[in-house]
This record gives sequence, C-alpha cells and structure tokens, in this order.
Amino acid sequence: MTASNGKRYGMAVDTNRCVGCSACVIACKTENALPEGGFRDWVVQETWGAFPELAMQIRSERCNHCSNAPCVSACPTGASHVAEGGVVLVNAAKCTGCKACIASCPYGARWVHPDGHVDKCTFCLHRVRAGQDPACVSNCPTRALAFGDLADPGSRVSLLLRQRRHEVVKPEAGTNPNVFFLV
Amino acid sequence: MPLTRRSFIQIGAATAGAAAASGLATRWWGLDGDPVADPGTEGERVVPTYCELCFWGCGQLAHVRGGRVTKLVGNPAHPLSNGRLCPRGAGATGLLYDPDRLRRPLVRRARRGEDVFEEVSWDAALNETGEHLLEVARRHGPEAVALFTHGSGGAWWKTFMKAWGSPNVGAPSYAQCRGPREAAFTVTFGSPLGSPEPIDIANARCITLVGSHLGENMHNTQVQELAEAVERGAALVVVDPRFSVAASKAKHWLPVKPGTDIALLLAWMNVIVQEKLYDAEFVAAHTVGFAELAAHVADRTPEWAHPITGLHPDLIRASARTIGGARPASLVHPGRHTVWYGDDTQRLRAMAILAALLGSWGRRGGYVATTKFPLAPYPLPDGLPHLPAPAAPRPKADLPKAGGYPLATEVLASGLCDATRPGHALYDLKAWIVYGCNLVQAMPDRKQLVETLQNLEFVVAVDVLPSEIAGWADVVLPEATYLERHDDLSAPAWKRPFVAIRQPVVEPLHDSRPGWWIVKELAGKVGLGAWFPWKDADEYLRTRAQKQGLDWARLTADGVILGAPAPTCEEEGLPVSIPTEDGKAHLRSAELAALGFDPLPVYVPQEEPPQGMLRLLSGRAPTHTFGRTVNNRLLSEPFPENEVWVNADLARSLPGFEEHPLASGDRVVLVNQDGIRSTPVRARVTERIRGDCVFMVHGFGQTARKLRRAYGKGASDSALTSRYKVDPIMGGTGMNVNFVRIERAGEAA
Repeated sequence: MTASNGKRYGMAVDTNRCVGCSACVIACKTENALPEGGFRDWVVQETWGAFPELAMQIRSERCNHCSNAPCVSACPTGASHVAEGGVVLVNAAKCTGCKACIASCPYGARWVHPDGHVDKCTFCLHRVRAGQDPACVSNCPTRALAFGDLADPGSRVSLLLRQRRHEVVKPEAGTNPNVFFLV
Repeated sequence: MPLTRRSFIQIGAATAGAAAASGLATRWWGLDGDPVADPGTEGERVVPTYCELCFWGCGQLAHVRGGRVTKLVGNPAHPLSNGRLCPRGAGATGLLYDPDRLRRPLVRRARRGEDVFEEVSWDAALNETGEHLLEVARRHGPEAVALFTHGSGGAWWKTFMKAWGSPNVGAPSYAQCRGPREAAFTVTFGSPLGSPEPIDIANARCITLVGSHLGENMHNTQVQELAEAVERGAALVVVDPRFSVAASKAKHWLPVKPGTDIALLLAWMNVIVQEKLYDAEFVAAHTVGFAELAAHVADRTPEWAHPITGLHPDLIRASARTIGGARPASLVHPGRHTVWYGDDTQRLRAMAILAALLGSWGRRGGYVATTKFPLAPYPLPDGLPHLPAPAAPRPKADLPKAGGYPLATEVLASGLCDATRPGHALYDLKAWIVYGCNLVQAMPDRKQLVETLQNLEFVVAVDVLPSEIAGWADVVLPEATYLERHDDLSAPAWKRPFVAIRQPVVEPLHDSRPGWWIVKELAGKVGLGAWFPWKDADEYLRTRAQKQGLDWARLTADGVILGAPAPTCEEEGLPVSIPTEDGKAHLRSAELAALGFDPLPVYVPQEEPPQGMLRLLSGRAPTHTFGRTVNNRLLSEPFPENEVWVNADLARSLPGFEEHPLASGDRVVLVNQDGIRSTPVRARVTERIRGDCVFMVHGFGQTARKLRRAYGKGASDSALTSRYKVDPIMGGTGMNVNFVRIERAGEAA
C-alpha cells in the first residue's frame, strides 16, 4: 500500500558487507532515546553446516514494513497503521498495549515500551522527512544499509535490488517485506 | 469525531486481513495528528570532538539538548570515522551517564585491596598523593615511581613523569598486545607499525588475517575498508581456530590448530617460492637473504605442515596461490593483539617476510606510507625545576625500563611489574600511578599482580569508573570523561595527515575533573608547576594551534583540519623506501643471529593440552573495548555477558556431561591447569570452533562490586591466565598457553 506521497520506502541490507557489529542497534537506541531493553533493530548471525564446512549470513534486522502487514490487520484500535511511504507505524496515543500485533508479527519486531504502548522501527520517519537517512543507515560503519524509495527506479535501493541477488526473511509468511537482504 | 473504545475495536475487526482496507483506515485515523514523534535527539547544538571509547580516536559530533548529550555520530570530515561510528563510539553516552561513575576523590581507609574508601576533597586527595610520591622519591629516588597509562589523556601524565624524572612509563598495549609485531617489523623493515596501522585494506586484492578477527575487532576505519575490499571482490584468507565473522566472508578459511601458525606460514612461503609466486623484482631490489630463506623453507612443504597444523595440503597450497596471485596488492594484515605463545616475534617475522616476498611494502593495497600532521610543541620556559637528585645516583642501565629484552622498542608494563618485586631489577619500584588502564584484567597471573601490589608504598589510580585496579589503590582520582574535557591534539600518522581536537561537550558531572587539571594541580603541589605554565587546556591547545598557524575557530568548529595530501605508495609516485640501515627488508636477520636468536623463523611445537583439557583462547566483541565498556548500559544491552564457545561435537562427549550433554545457555565453570576456577559463565555450543580449544570474549568476569551492571557477568579469561610464556626477543607475555576443563556450574570442585 503506497501512501499519499506516492513513495514506497524500503531498505537493502548487504549481508556481505555487514560484520554484525551492532553499531546500527546503538545508533537507533540513541537516535530514538529508547529505554533500557528496547530495541528497534538487532543483528542475526545464521550458520549452516558442520565444522569445518560452514557458511554464515549476518543480517541487521528490523521491522520489515511489510506491504501486507499482519500487525496492522491485527490491531483492534487502528494504532498500527500504514503511513506515508508505506511505513508501518504505531500511534502511541491509540495503542492500548493489547499485544495482538506482537503475536501477529512473524519477525519479533515489536515490543512493549515502558510507557505502555507497543514500539517498533519507524524507518526514522522524522529524519526521512528532513531528507536524512534513518540513523542505522547513516551510521553503519560498513555502509551495509541502503534506504530509499522503491517506487523510484533511480534510487540507490532500487538499483541495488536490480543488480544484486536478494532475499526477504520468512517469505512464506506472505507479508511482502520491504526490507531486502542482498546475498 | 469522538469515538469510544468499542468503535475503535469494531473498525479494527472490520479491517482484519485486508491490507488495503487497513491503509484506508489509517488515512482516516491520520486526522488525529502526526504519530511520528520527533525524539528530539538532534539537539540544539553540535560539538565536535574525538572518541575515547577505544584508542582509535575517531572524530565524533556530539549532539546536545538542555545540557545533556543526546547522541554521538561520526564526523564526516574526520578521516578515521568518515562520518560513521562503531557501536562503542555511538554508545559513549552510556559512559558519560553511567550511574556507577566515580564521583569524588577517594582515600583508602582499610587494608589495600579491600576496596574501603572515604570521600575527600580534591585538595586533600592531591595533598596526600603529592606527599606520598615525594616521600618515595626522597627515600628511593624519583625513578622509583612508575606510570602505567593508556589513552590520550595519558599525555599530561607523561609530561608529569618527565618533570618528575622517571623513565618508568609503560602501557600494557605493548608487551601485553602489539609488542611482538612492532619488534618483528622493526627487525624486518626498520620501523614499528604503530597505531593506526599504515595499511591499505581498501585497495588490497587479497587480505590475509592470521588470528585477527577484524570485524569483531572493531577498528572502525579498518572495518570500513574491509567492507570496501569485500565489495570490490578482494579474496579473504582467514587463519583462525574459530569460524570468525571474517572467516565467514573468506575465500579460504584455515581452521589451524592453535599454536602452529608458524608451520603454516613456512609452508605458504614454500609454495610461494617453489611456484615463483613472489615479486621477483621487488625481492631483488629491496630485500636481503632470499637465498637463505628459500633454502630454509625448501622442505617446509604443505605435506610437512599438514600433520602439524591439521590443515589439508590442498588448502594450504590453494590459499598460498590466492595470496601469491594477488601480489603486490596482497596484504598480510599485521594483527594487533599478538602475544600468544612466547615465540610471537618470530611468528610476526614470518608474516613480515611473507609481506616482503609479495612486494607489498610501499605498494597500493599493502603497507603504505603515512604522514603526521606537523605540530609545534607548547613552548616551555628554560630552567624548569626537577626533583632533587637522589643521594646515591642510579646506574645508567635502566632495567625496569626495557626489562633486559634486546629488541623491546617500548617500556614493558610487565617489566614494571617485575621491577616492583624486590630483587628482579637493578632497583625496585615503590609507587605506581595507574592512569586509565585496568591492570587486573590486562596483566597475566593475577595472583602475582596482587602480591606485587602489596610491595608498593603508594598506589594512585586515575579513572572514570570504580575499576578493579581502583579498588587496589590508596588514592583514587575521579577523572571527567572525554566528553567533559580537553585533551591534547590528535595527529597520528595517516594516509591523509590530519589534526583533531578533543574539547568538552558538557561540564564535568559530579566532582570529577579533567586530567589536565588534575596533573597541573598535582605538579603545583610537588614543586613542578613550572612545567605546566598555561592557565588551562584551552590556552595550551590554542597556543599550540597558533604556533602551527592553524585556524583555531575552524579547528574547534569542524573538529578536524586536514593536511595536504601526500603520496602513499609507489603507484602514487612515492618510491619504495625501507627504513632499515641498508634500506633493505631483512628476510634473514643478521641482527637476530648476532643476538643468538633464529635469523629465520623456526616452527617449535607448543605444549599440548593435558588429557581432558582445552586451550583457552580469547578475543574481542565489536561492542566492547577490553573490560572498559562492560558497565556501559547501551553497550551491555546487546552484549551483556561473554560466553564460552565449545565445539558441538566435543559437547556431546565431554567428560562429566554424559547424562546431560552440554547445551548452549548452560552455566559452566572453567578450571585451569593450576586449579583456578572461573566465575559461572554460559556455554555457547557451536560448530564454529575447533574441538581442542575454547574461546571467550575478553573483559568480563569483573570483580569490582561497584560496577553494578558488570559485576558477576560472565567470566574473565585473564583470571584463568595464571601462566604466560615470555618472548625472549622483546619480552611480550604470551597468554594462549593456559588450559581449562569444563564443569557444570554449581557442582562441587
């Protein structure tokens, strides 16, 4: 669902460049003044094989801002909604903290803020509106993260998705994520 | 439009399962206003400085709102951060606002080490410090005072020691870290490498890591360059008993048996010489000793190395061809924490010789030339005072300083410890100043360190946190964090010369004081105030900048000033230059031969783990610097405690775990060969490590109770390092020579 500005925001995470350092996690926590124990992004290291025939993928993960977002459907109050650029947001004022969205999210992207509402990645929409990248993207030491408008074929993220093989997490969930992992 | 909760829920139910409908609902609800609250962390002002969460010194921009630092981002103008920070730099507010910070000066009021202190005024603390130091100088001479230092704030203390008249200034970052590397590169190429290392990772076509886990070892600029190189298709060759992050990106991962790296390096050189994969032109023009080297490695074939290293000859040969095929842009990364087995200088020699064979010295994608931004010293007046000379003059030979190791290029922290034990040096050290380094975790053999501490007449610790070593001090001086203070200018040699400023972002919290103030005040109390003639650090820095013709306003506003670009390698027009006396890289070292050491590296087998025991290895996590950051709220959240990595196959057959095989998350205790037990720590059962060793991240298992967040979290590899093997060439303390068995936590010993 593209929203009123005609953009569809998305992210490409380059799993080859990423070293899993968690700089994205800390940048997000300080940018968004998150409370202790609250994370809007996290790092996953997935390993295959047995010693010494091993492979590993390192992913900086966050809300996938799904085009078919089960959290939005599950939300009884309309607090979880799709905002401009397809960004999935929680309106804290409308959230009752019922956790239906947490149960519906296949990615574990949501958590209860100590203030009582559910919290999650906003793609740093407050920064995006000011023409900046999300905090995780702009801080990533390995430049593994790219953010932009998927509806614009000339955006860096669109270019990367055309040039590189990519995956989403749990495609079988049918959620149509807008966060892609370059492999 | 007023709505009851019931109507909320009806609307929610109506849209369930229909994304398009939920979008419509959203726009309708959007009338309620903007749900994206700006967290306001951009702040009202931005102050540039450089980071001190590790020693790399990345440029930062500190955002401030209402007198509080809200966030730190990389300074785009600074060539070490390039606008990006590692997790530690981004999480530095966790240090600034650590509730456990030292607040006021402390004076010991119980037996040393019992960690019982009384809060006193700065005047009382500095008087006590000055009186004790003067008493030690009067009785034993000024050189009986030693300084241990780490970090940029140590510069003020080094000036103090110069004024005081003691050469005994050391850092664990030498003999407990990069020392063997510096000695080996000095022998081979005539110069230590220093920090940041003069290497061109970004342009390398092959990068070889021997035991380095760059990526987990988060040297910001190097990791940035590593990602660039990977993107450009550079091949990685990673030698590590553990499937590190770097190994996961490697073309060749060589899970070497710990302690056999020299055998592998000799076999690589055998292949590179046999198959003529070396840079023949470079070797002829810029090296000596090739014929001897070729003869030395002639029978060191991959087949010879196979049973030693556990690596298949085909893998050794294939990786050697990858390394040789990329010459000269084939970078053998020199590593950093290199004190492993006591023969470390020889291992680093083998790496330096390999780098020379590849012709990578002075070439793009290899070892490049770096330039220091020129800076004038602060002009000190003539006739500066010194302490009165001791009654009986000391012999010139200064045993504590180098500890008797012929090729040590810096003072050994372990040498200073040795000299504190009576009879180990020409004279005994009697007082320590410990600045910003927790010797309890940094030094091997904790029992010996504790005994050593009891020999001292006086110990003063200068720190930001109530660290373990602070608990052993007589006086503890609470320094302001780097975000609250000035320090000296930062201008390390780099590909593009630069000078960066450290300036206070906010006022010091509590009763902490900047290091420059502490040193200047103390110097005044012991009659050495003339060495610090400036009013404050601002005046000191301003004067230095003006002497150099720097634009002060620009430096303070931008945080960094770049120097003129200079060529860094042959490809940029800089002829290859090797700073040895004869201008040649020494493949065979006559210098080592003359000192009675092997002139070419020889593989000597290490002691095997006793039956049922595993070799203890340690390393880094990207979120932590040694044990310095483990109490930081932001950094401990994603990485609160270390784990012991145990091979999955081994876990199924571990003695004592027959009934319930060891599983990830189980709490275990490690017991070393001397019966020393670790604190309980979680196991991580994984395919990512060999079965003859265990691995843990260094810095955890803190015993300082006042570090409330870190206390009791994980286990300390240092505490289990009761043995070490000294490198006879430069005195480094090889620490990978300890073995442990695994017990389930809670069992009787």
